[in-house]
Amino acid sequence: MAEPMSDPTHEPSRDATDDVVFRADDLVKRFGAVTALAGAGLYLRRGEVLGLIGDNGAGKSTLIKILCGFHKPDSGTLTLEGEEVVLRSVEHARSLGIDIVYQDLALVNELSVFHNMFLNREAVRGRLLQNRRMRRLATENLAALGITNIPDVSVEVAKLSGGQRQAIAVARAVNSDAKVLLLDEPLAAMGAKEGALILDLIQDLRANSNVSMIVIAHNYAQILEVCDRINVLQHGRITFDKPTSQTSLAELTDLMVTEYRTARRQLGGAVSQ
Amino acid sequence: MVTTDTSSTEPSPTPTGVGEGPAARGSTWRTFVSAFLRRREASVFIVAIGLMVYFRLSSEVFLEKPNLVNIAQASAPGAIVAVGVVLLLVSGEIDLSVGMVFALAPFLMHYAADFYGVPPIPSIILSLVVAALIGLGNGLIVCFLKVPSFVATLGTFYVLFGVVLTTSHAYPAQIPPSMEGRIQSWLGAADWAELIWGLLIVAYFHVMFTRTRWGIYTVSVGGNLLGATEAGIRVNRIKIGNFMMASTLGAFAGIMEAFRVNTIDPNLGGGTGVTFTAISAAVIGGTALAGGSGTMIGALLGAVVLAVLQNGFNLIGISANPFYLILGAAILISMIANQYLARLRRAGGT
Repeated sequence: MAEPMSDPTHEPSRDATDDVVFRADDLVKRFGAVTALAGAGLYLRRGEVLGLIGDNGAGKSTLIKILCGFHKPDSGTLTLEGEEVVLRSVEHARSLGIDIVYQDLALVNELSVFHNMFLNREAVRGRLLQNRRMRRLATENLAALGITNIPDVSVEVAKLSGGQRQAIAVARAVNSDAKVLLLDEPLAAMGAKEGALILDLIQDLRANSNVSMIVIAHNYAQILEVCDRINVLQHGRITFDKPTSQTSLAELTDLMVTEYRTARRQLGGAVSQ
Repeated sequence: MVTTDTSSTEPSPTPTGVGEGPAARGSTWRTFVSAFLRRREASVFIVAIGLMVYFRLSSEVFLEKPNLVNIAQASAPGAIVAVGVVLLLVSGEIDLSVGMVFALAPFLMHYAADFYGVPPIPSIILSLVVAALIGLGNGLIVCFLKVPSFVATLGTFYVLFGVVLTTSHAYPAQIPPSMEGRIQSWLGAADWAELIWGLLIVAYFHVMFTRTRWGIYTVSVGGNLLGATEAGIRVNRIKIGNFMMASTLGAFAGIMEAFRVNTIDPNLGGGTGVTFTAISAAVIGGTALAGGSGTMIGALLGAVVLAVLQNGFNLIGISANPFYLILGAAILISMIANQYLARLRRAGGT
């Protein structure tokens, strides 16, 4: 890209002009009196894994819902591969190659693995579903991503563990040729073993596909090892942007603890007055 | 009851090795049996067969043609209405008004044919279209005005009841003369007409439910509304469509029933009777009220079980009064069994 990318919302990064696939600028979103986002902006390079962390209430879920087309921002712009886009819906965003994986929310327990993997883009002939074809494609797809812990794609999702569901949700998104994948709390409510499975999957994806990912996490300790870069969202703004190699768990912890201390001081002040 | 058999086989899906030579034949059979028992329809199917055997042993005439016609005519309308009810229950909604659409539809047909001189088939179609619009109304109220479907359709039920009573002056009407003969017998009055329509409708909706996008989306909407929305499924369209289909099916069943009993009666279907029979058939057949799962074949079998029970009681001379006692118990048992089986299915997975 030729144009220099200066970003007023956070410390501009030296190499931000690299191959940026998706960016958001000056996003503002209010819900009634609550300002969830106050000018948040971020960028994502091709093939990169960006970790987005922030406290509850920092605006993470609002930001992610705007990036995936679920909410519309009150103001601000989204740019996909150099062109400004207005996302009309999740479906529209997906058709452009921006896909989101929720913390196992998006799967339908009562449907089989392969129906879930093809939900809303089923293979059909005439009006009938091509179940056999979807079953085969789903099996191939999981194998290609190195997901080997799903014994049978015909079982109901209800029977699977949290890690397996998350893997399927990720596979579903990759399956649909997503360019930008948003992973919302991929490790939430998961044991260490299950979590490791997902981290492996993210690493595999980074190595073997050209999908770019934004990983949203509350617990950043686990996320750190799979991310190329970390952004911190605080009070509706990105306040921190560093490559993982230039930051540390300690620095991020500090950042969060400082925020807690400030919050407590303010609370304490309010109480004592 | 029989349903517990299903549960006991559920957690052990043929652990014996398929490769073992001597056991191979036995295990194929066991695979077949366990695959059958795993189906939602299994318990109601076993109950239906059991009841038929029992009533055949207790009464000579049970399996004779006239009685089979009775059973067919008693189960078909319930099964047709139940198909629509299953669609709605699976999408997480309910339609209490469908029983009143059942009563209203033959009147609409009669008004069109006899008061406005509309030809027979167009009058019937007109009546079905109005039913679909009633379903549309229910769906819009539920989806956009956010009124729970139980309450919304309870309101519609009484509104339609009022419309039926007011416009008919609470008097029955004759079948329109233009429809007597072939139309009347093809659409309900002939011995097997209702059953054949019922089977065709169940078969069509079974395929739609299990083999088309609409079916999968219906399950998704009821199973995980948020997830379905986020997957880009137009959930309101699915729900509203199901309301419209349920209502139209109710109207079609009502028209056939009027043709069969040869009169258009404001009390056709006994007010709430049809609605509750259909919901019972759906539930006994293995459809969960919580949404997300259900079966058309099960609903058909449920309707047959209810008809066989009532018919059998008549035949062996037991008063019809305890019928409701058994019906109530059957609903409770099947709901409890469904809960239990669902938990087992989940536990048996990994």
